[in-house]
Formats: sequence, structure tokens, C-alpha cells
Amino acid sequence: MSADRGNTNATGEAAVTGGVAAEGGATTAAADAAAPAGKAAAEPRILLRATRVTRQFGGLVAVREIDFDIPEGAIVSLIGPNGAGKTTFFNVLAGVTEPTAGRVDFVGRRMIARPVRAWLEPVIWLLPSVIVGLIAAGLDTVERSGRLASLAAIVALLVLIAMLLMASIRSDTYRRLLDRMGIFRSARPNDMVRAGLGRTFQNIRLFQNMTASENVLVGMHTRLRSTPLDALLSTPRQRAEEARSRVRASELLALVGLEGRDDTVARNLPYGDQRRLELARAIASEPSLLLLDEPTAGMNPRETADLTALIARLRRDLGLTILLIEHDMRVVMGISDRVTVLDHGERIAEGTPDEVRRDPRVIEAYLGAPAE
Amino acid sequence: MQMQRSIRLPSRVRRGPYQLVGAVAICLVAAYILVGAQQFSNFLTVGAIYALIALGYTMVYGIIELINFAHGDVFGMGAFVALWLLTVAGFHGAIDNPLVLAVVLVALFLLTMGIMGLVGMVIERVAYRPLRNAPRLAPLITAIGVSFILENIMQAFFGPSPVTSPQIFDLNARFNVAGASIGYLNVFIVLVAVALMIALQVFVGRTRLGRAMRSTAQDREAAQLMGVNIDQTIAITFFIGSALAGAGGIVWALYFGYALFNQGFYAGLFAFTAAVLGGIGNTTGAALGGFFIGFLYVAAAQYGYFRWFEVLVFGVLVLVLVFRPSGLLGQQLGERA
Amino acid sequence: MTGEAPAPPERVSLLDRVRAVSASHRSVSSIVTMAIVTAVLPLAALVPPFSSFNPQSVWVNSFADAGVFVLLALGLNIVVGLAGLLDLGYAAFFAIGAYTYAYGASPFSGNDFPFWIMLLVGALVAATFGLLLGAPTLRLRGDYLAIVTLGFGEIVPTVFLNADKYTKGTNGISGVYAPGLLNLHFQSTNPWPFYLTMAAIVTVAIIAIFRLQDSRLGRAWMAIREDELAAASNGVNTVSTKLLAFALGASTAGLGGVFVAAKLSFVSPDQFGFTVSFTVLAMVVLGGMGNIWGVGIGAFIVFIIQTVILKELNAALAGTPLAFIDFLQYQYLLYGLALVAMMLLRPEGLFPSARRRRELHVAEETEGEPAPAGAMGGIEP
Ligand SMILES: Nc1ncnc2c1ncn2[C@@H]1O[C@H](COP(=O)(O)OP(=O)(O)OP(=O)(O)O)[C@@H](O)[C@H]1O
Ligand SMILES: [Mg+2]
Repeated sequence: MSADRGNTNATGEAAVTGGVAAEGGATTAAADAAAPAGKAAAEPRILLRATRVTRQFGGLVAVREIDFDIPEGAIVSLIGPNGAGKTTFFNVLAGVTEPTAGRVDFVGRRMIARPVRAWLEPVIWLLPSVIVGLIAAGLDTVERSGRLASLAAIVALLVLIAMLLMASIRSDTYRRLLDRMGIFRSARPNDMVRAGLGRTFQNIRLFQNMTASENVLVGMHTRLRSTPLDALLSTPRQRAEEARSRVRASELLALVGLEGRDDTVARNLPYGDQRRLELARAIASEPSLLLLDEPTAGMNPRETADLTALIARLRRDLGLTILLIEHDMRVVMGISDRVTVLDHGERIAEGTPDEVRRDPRVIEAYLGAPAE
Repeated sequence: MQMQRSIRLPSRVRRGPYQLVGAVAICLVAAYILVGAQQFSNFLTVGAIYALIALGYTMVYGIIELINFAHGDVFGMGAFVALWLLTVAGFHGAIDNPLVLAVVLVALFLLTMGIMGLVGMVIERVAYRPLRNAPRLAPLITAIGVSFILENIMQAFFGPSPVTSPQIFDLNARFNVAGASIGYLNVFIVLVAVALMIALQVFVGRTRLGRAMRSTAQDREAAQLMGVNIDQTIAITFFIGSALAGAGGIVWALYFGYALFNQGFYAGLFAFTAAVLGGIGNTTGAALGGFFIGFLYVAAAQYGYFRWFEVLVFGVLVLVLVFRPSGLLGQQLGERA
Repeated sequence: MTGEAPAPPERVSLLDRVRAVSASHRSVSSIVTMAIVTAVLPLAALVPPFSSFNPQSVWVNSFADAGVFVLLALGLNIVVGLAGLLDLGYAAFFAIGAYTYAYGASPFSGNDFPFWIMLLVGALVAATFGLLLGAPTLRLRGDYLAIVTLGFGEIVPTVFLNADKYTKGTNGISGVYAPGLLNLHFQSTNPWPFYLTMAAIVTVAIIAIFRLQDSRLGRAWMAIREDELAAASNGVNTVSTKLLAFALGASTAGLGGVFVAAKLSFVSPDQFGFTVSFTVLAMVVLGGMGNIWGVGIGAFIVFIIQTVILKELNAALAGTPLAFIDFLQYQYLLYGLALVAMMLLRPEGLFPSARRRRELHVAEETEGEPAPAGAMGGIEP
């Protein structure tokens, strides 16, 4: 899975860097040089790149001009005192919160940025059928019986439906059409998942009344192929896929240590298991990048250690790249490759765990507002 | 699913008041040219009614994010309460003495608005408050249920056909301006509506309760932590919104001279469109939206498309939702939710 | 689906077979149940007290009409019960189906397409309008759908009323052709063919909805209902998934519309007012949102109460001191009260599905916690 993504991205990567008005000239140059495949081995490609991301809530700047790269295969941590803007930044990356400014590129594609000519989109929906409708009206004045006109009206309607369907499914054709028209709209969360991003939430957001297995099956949603028509006709393909995916869900549950809990309703699971289930649901979409928002929040030291080990194992077994928000310094220092520190929406430090630990600004930020 | 809890009750428009005033002035001139002096006064009158209803919609939505389907029927009921009060008090025809008329009107407005405000509070207490933490569908369903209950109560008391209202205003009291003959009633209605709107702005912007409303709308939990009594604040919002709808009902009864048990259904739909048009949660927007609907009403009648009025309003609603879901005055409503 | 024991994962082929058999069992059991119901109802009409109200053929006729409402309720249940969206203008799609048939097979239009094809066409046209209405609206907050459908439900009859050049306005289109099957020509004097046709349509609808509910799509609906943001963050395209529910609901109403037009051989705007939408919503809520059988039963009972029992009550009370109560007039007051009471006291409906009960009582059990989030529009604290 990540292999075929790798192929498509040698070119995409260059495009990203070219399009971004990066401030640090040095990084730009480095990334430009990294574009050729030869050097990619030495310097892992950037899976996700955030450029000058800002998000305001009214007067409050929750995230201010953050530049952030996540290299493939790394575990990158984001830390900072309460209210520093970590979750907000996360939500911007996941397509949940629209940034006030800035952009996010993921697997070499511009995913999130200010919309460009978004007003044109409804016009695209309506225009073809309006044209057909006008033609119909024209025909009606020539050919008086009205048959042709009503036929054309039906065609106009069908065209409109086709456009709307394409738009809501965001099929590739439609996306290309938008590209050609120079229209850009930020990716929605589900687009990000389809592109390979999985996430968990700071406050557990399981589907509380669904079983563990069903939760994971929803996580697999983008990887399943059967259509509603398959379901209606109960085709062999549909039944085989259902059976297969149930087995897979079981496996995933076992992987996070929830074997045999398939049919337990999510909200009857103990707290720690709910966190594990959320993890299983997130990896069910076979992400290349996993965003974890305080996965060990509310856990005791033992549970925390277990979960940390689990995360490390998942990363190894599934080849994941991980962005981790965490308050527990032992977790952060133990498994991170790089650590970024946010405070009041700004990045105050960035580096290896050791560098960050010694940074006076970080110490000050934490002493000012000690972490839990 | 935008992050922002989008609602800001105060009406300060981001783009600056001068631009807004300018735009409104241009629209008024355009409206005047389109429909002429005579209809212009009707447009302001009808618009005032829809604006009054739309305010309640927008306030309630602003504070608890619920489309209060019963709101239109609160307006309808306001019209009945007004005509019932007038009938019970023994008024039949026009009151000639201006002083008596003024006293009667003040009493009428105070009583009707008070009663409708209480009705609104009761509705909130019984049908919405217990469901504040329930899935979203639940209060919407009770809202539509309450709407039907109100309509049927009105039908039970007043029957299924239009009921005429006593005309305490002398409809022949008119004056001429710019070649149009304008009733004093029209002037009165517009003045009352504008006065109520200004009072609302002042209340929301300047008073302690108004601040509580704004903070509750913005972030209920934070407001609670800061010591705002949420239940009370929401109840007051319902009281004010419903009282304004009640005022709209009185005005309706005075102006159109009748009330019909399900008139609130349509009026509610139109007023909601007005609220969305102005940017739901935005009181100034709702008022302007109401006047826009009033304009459509008059223009449709003028150009002979009156029976398509509903379709027209619905078209406006859908177009706004497609092209500018945050409304003309731009409230940031969750585009993706 | 939840009731099935988990099969050991290593025996895929066996699991496959078990699953296949049980899936077909669901369909088979639906068919058997519906066959029994279809056979028993006319028989029940022969025994007292039912036989004292009406002769059997009148009963069968009203069962056929009840079937229409069962179908409507099943369709609305997809939207309200499965996807958790509120559609307040459901009758509009019903009207669109009916007028589609009236255009397809009546002297007014000069067309005479077969009923069975028009069933599909009606469903498609209704679905089209569902898409048209849903596409702009479903991108927005859920509440907008409620008000937009409310408006749509009002303007569709208005358009049929006002566009009298094309619809004959208030007079409606009469003389709509009755269906035929092989040599059998359906006649309004004989309710049986209509009754059996309706039973068949309802059976197919039930099977189809069960299958959708248990599929990937059904899980996506459920996920959206529970937490829209979490669903989107797990890759569910919430817009198209909701749109699909909306369109499927609309097409079901379209089927009902075609059937009604053919059965009455007449369509007019006032058959499709808001009270129809409201009644169907009450049926779904009473029956238990999300529970397919419950909704069907709820719709049937409400319809029979509405058309038979209330009338009988009025007749029974005539001459007594209570005669001033006109039950037919107050039925909507009753529905309104029922909606409010149900949501407050028993939101899972009279015949709840286990899952829905869990969901709707969540607020009480986890007291003090904020609402399931998609709701509030807020995201994280
Ligand atoms: N929807 C919102 N509306 C308004 N303000 C918000 C919203 N979401 C977050 N904020 C504010 O933005 C700031 C950053 O919040 P955020 O949740 O991103 O912090 P965090 O770093 O994740 O904190 P924590 O460690 O407590 O999770 C806070 O001041 C918060 O109050
Ligand atoms: Mg956080």
C-alpha cells in the first residue's frame, strides 16, 4: 500500500515544494534538492507538510503560523501546556477545522488551503443542465409539439443529477474537472482518510452504541468496495467481503489486545479498552500517517506503559508514521524521533527529545503552566 | 462541522456599519423604484412583521442551535390572543380618540407580548429543556410536535376558518406623500417594529442578561463556569423571542384584520428564510432578511405572481443555502456539519 | 446482526456459509412473515368485532391503503431512523411519484406506460428530486434539512396547484389508468389485486432495507447518526451517505405515490399536504425509529386507528354527552402530543430496536456528559 503511494509521489513532492512560499530559504532549498529519487533514500520524504498554518477563534489565535513537516516513518510528538493549540492544529491537519490561513500538503497533494473560486462550484453543477434547458426551450419554439422539449427537460434533469452525484461522491473525474477550472476546496476529513490519514480523539469518540467489531468495520469503510447495489442484491462479492472484513476486524481487535470483545457494545468497555478500540478503528483504514491525540490520557502508569509499547509495535509492524500529542513526558521522550513544542499557538522549540528537554523556553513554558 | 460555535448575538457587523447602511439604503431605493411609493409603504409594513418573527428564530437558534418549528405558531397564536383580547375588551370599530387608542395599544402590546413570552418559556421548559442532551433529532421532533399542538389548540378555540379581528385603527386615516396614500397604521407598525428591534439590540448589547445570552450562545460550558445561569438565560431568550413573535402577531391582526389557525406555519417558514438570509444567529441580519421577504411579498403581488410567493421564498432559501450558507451578513455557520 | 454468535476466524469458508444462509434466512423469514400477515389480515376482518365495522372487501381495501402508509413509513425510517436525518416534507416525494404515474398513464397526458415500469420510473423521479434537494442541503448542518424539506413539502403541492396548465390545478388529473397484469385488469371495485400488489411491494421493501441496514452503507448511516464527526474522521463520506439515505427514502415514497395514483385513478394537490408528512413521521416515531418491523407495525396501527377506529369512536359517542369531541378533527392534536410525549418519555418508540434504545437513553445513563458531539458543532474542548 505505501509502496504504490511512494511511486506516485516522487513528482508530487517536487510540486509541493514548488508551490509553497516557504519562509526558511534553507529548508526550501534542501527539499528541492531532495526531490530527485536518488537522494530520497538518504533523506526520507515528507509525508505531511504544514505551511504557515494559522487558526483563529474570534480574537483568539489558537495556532499561529506553524510550519511543520512529518517525515515518513518517524514518530513526531507535539507537546505544550493546556490550551497551547495542539488539538486545534491536529484538527486542521485532519480536515476537521478549516485554517484561517496556511496550507497542508499530504502525500504530495495540496489538501487544505484557502478555497479558490469556490463559488464557481455550484455554477458547475447548474450550468450544464441550464444549457440543455435553454436548448430545450429553443427547440420548443421551433418544434411546437413539445415532445422534444420535454425530452430535453428530462435530459437536463439527468445531467443535473449526474453533476450533483459526482460532486457529492467527489469522484476523480469531478476532482479533475475542478482542477481544470482552477477551483480548490479543502479536503474534508473523509478525503484525508482516503488519502491515508488515521486519527484518534482526545476525548474518546467511539460509536458508543455499536459493537467493537462494528466500530472497526466503520474504520475499514474506505477500504471496502461493495456498493449499495451489491448489498441490495446480496451478491457473492458483498457476502465474501463482509465475511472477510469481519475476520479482519477480529484480527485488528486482537492486535490491540481486545480479542474476543468483538460483540461488546463500545460503551460497555472499560476506559482503557475504549482507547484501544479507538486505536484499532483508526488503523483499520490502513493509514500511512496516524494522528494520536493524548492516547494515554486518564490512564494509570501501567496502562500507559502498555499502550506506549503497543504504539511502538504498531508502528513497527504496520510501517506507520505517527504524530503524537502527549502530556506524559515519559511517553514522549521514550518513543519520539522529533518533538515540537507549542505554547500559546506558537512553536517555541523543535528538535530531538534531548534538545527539547534542555531548551530554556520549554522549561519556562512548562513552569509557567505546569503539565498534568 | 466547523469548529467555531458560530453564534454571536450582538449585531455588530464585521464589515463596518457604514457599508451596511449604504447597502441598505441602495436596496431601499431600488425597492422604491421597483414597486412605487404606495407599495413601498406596504413592503415596509409586511417586512416589519416578518422581521419581528425572524428575530425570535435567530435568537433561539443562536443560543441553543435548535430550529424552533413552533415559533411560527407562537406568532400565529399572538394574532389570536390580540384579537381575542380586543374582542373581550369590547372593541369593535375604530377608536377615534388618539389618547384612548394609545392606551389600548400599549396595554394590548404589553399583555399579548407577555402572554406569548410565557407561552414560549413554557414550550422551552416542557419540550426542549429535558432534551438538551438528547440526540439532535429529539428536540426537532418535539418542536414539530409542539407546532402541531399549538395549531390544533387554535383550531379548537377559533375554528378552521379565518377569524376577523376588531379594527381599532381607523383605516381611512391616511396621509398623502409622493403621490401615495399611506395609512397611519403602516407608519405605526414600522415604528413599533423598529423600536422593538432597537430595544432588543440595547438589551442584548448593554445589559447583564444580554451579556449572559451572548456568552451562553458562544460557549455554554464556559459561560456556566463564569457563573451564568444557563437555564434562566435560555428561558429568557425564549421569552423575548416569543414576545417579539407575539408583537408580530398583533401587528398582523391589526394590519390584515384577521387570523387563521395555521397562518404561523407559513409565516414561520418565511421568517426562517429571512433569518438564514441574514445569517442565522445574527439579529440585524434577521431583521433585514425579514424586510427582504416583505419586499418579495409586495413585489410578487405587484407583478401578478402572488400565488408563486411561497415558491419564490423557497427558491431564495435554497439559493442562499447553496451559495452563501452563512447568510448575507456572514455568520460563520458550520458549512460541513 | 448483533445476535449472531461470532464464528471462529480461522474457518472462513464455514463462516461464509453460515453468513450466507443467515442472510438468505433474513429474506426468507421476511417473506414468510409477510405472507402470513397478508393471509391473516383478510381473515381477521371476517371475525367480530372487526366484521361488525365493515364488510371484508372494505377492510381489504383499507389494508391496501394502510400498506401505502407502511411503505411510506419504511421509507421515512431510512431517513429518520437509519441515517438520523429529519425529513418533514416526505409527502412531496409521494406527490411526485403520484404525478409521475398520472403523466405516464392517463388520458390527460395521452401516455399509457405499464404500471410496473412506472413504479420504477416513479421511484427514480422521486429519488432525483431527493438528490436535487439533498445535495445543496446535506452539506450543511442537519437542521437545515428539516426546514428545507418542510418548505419543499409545502411548495410541491403548491406547484402542482398553480401550474394548472400542466396539472389541471385543483381539479387534479382524473381517469389515471389502472394497472394490469397478464389478463387481469385491476378494478377499483375489487381491492384484492391492489392489496396483494401492495403486500408484495412492502415485502420487497422490507428485504431491501434489511439488506442495506446490514451492509457497509448501513453501518455508515449508524455511525453518522451516532457521531458525524467521528464518522467523517473514519473515512465515511457523510454527504453522499446522507444523500443516499435521503434519495432512497424519496424513492420509496415515489413507489407509494405511483401505487396510490393507480389505485385511486386520480391525483390532486390536496392529497399530499403537510398532514401526510406529519402522519408518517408520527408513525415512524411511534413504531420506533430505526426498527424496521416496529415502524411497519406502527404505521399499520396508526392508519387503522385513523381511518376506522376514530370514525367508530365518533359514531359510538354520537348522542352521548361526549359527542362534541370530534376525534377525526383532533387526530393531529393527538399526533402532536404523541410526538412530544414519545420523545420525552419513550424515544425508542413502542416497538424499539435494542440498539436504538441504548442510543436514545444515553443521555440519562451518562448523566452530565455533553451530547454526542456531531450535534453541537463543537469539536474538542
Ligand atoms: N471551537 C473552539 N472555539 C473557540 N475556541 C476554541 C475552540 N477550540 C479550541 N479553542 C481555544 O483554542 C485554544 C487551543 O485549544 P486546543 O484544544 O487546541 O489546546 P490543546 O493544546 O489541545 O490543549 P489540551 O492540552 O488541554 O488538550 C484554547 O484556548 C481553546 O480555548
Ligand atoms: Mg488537546
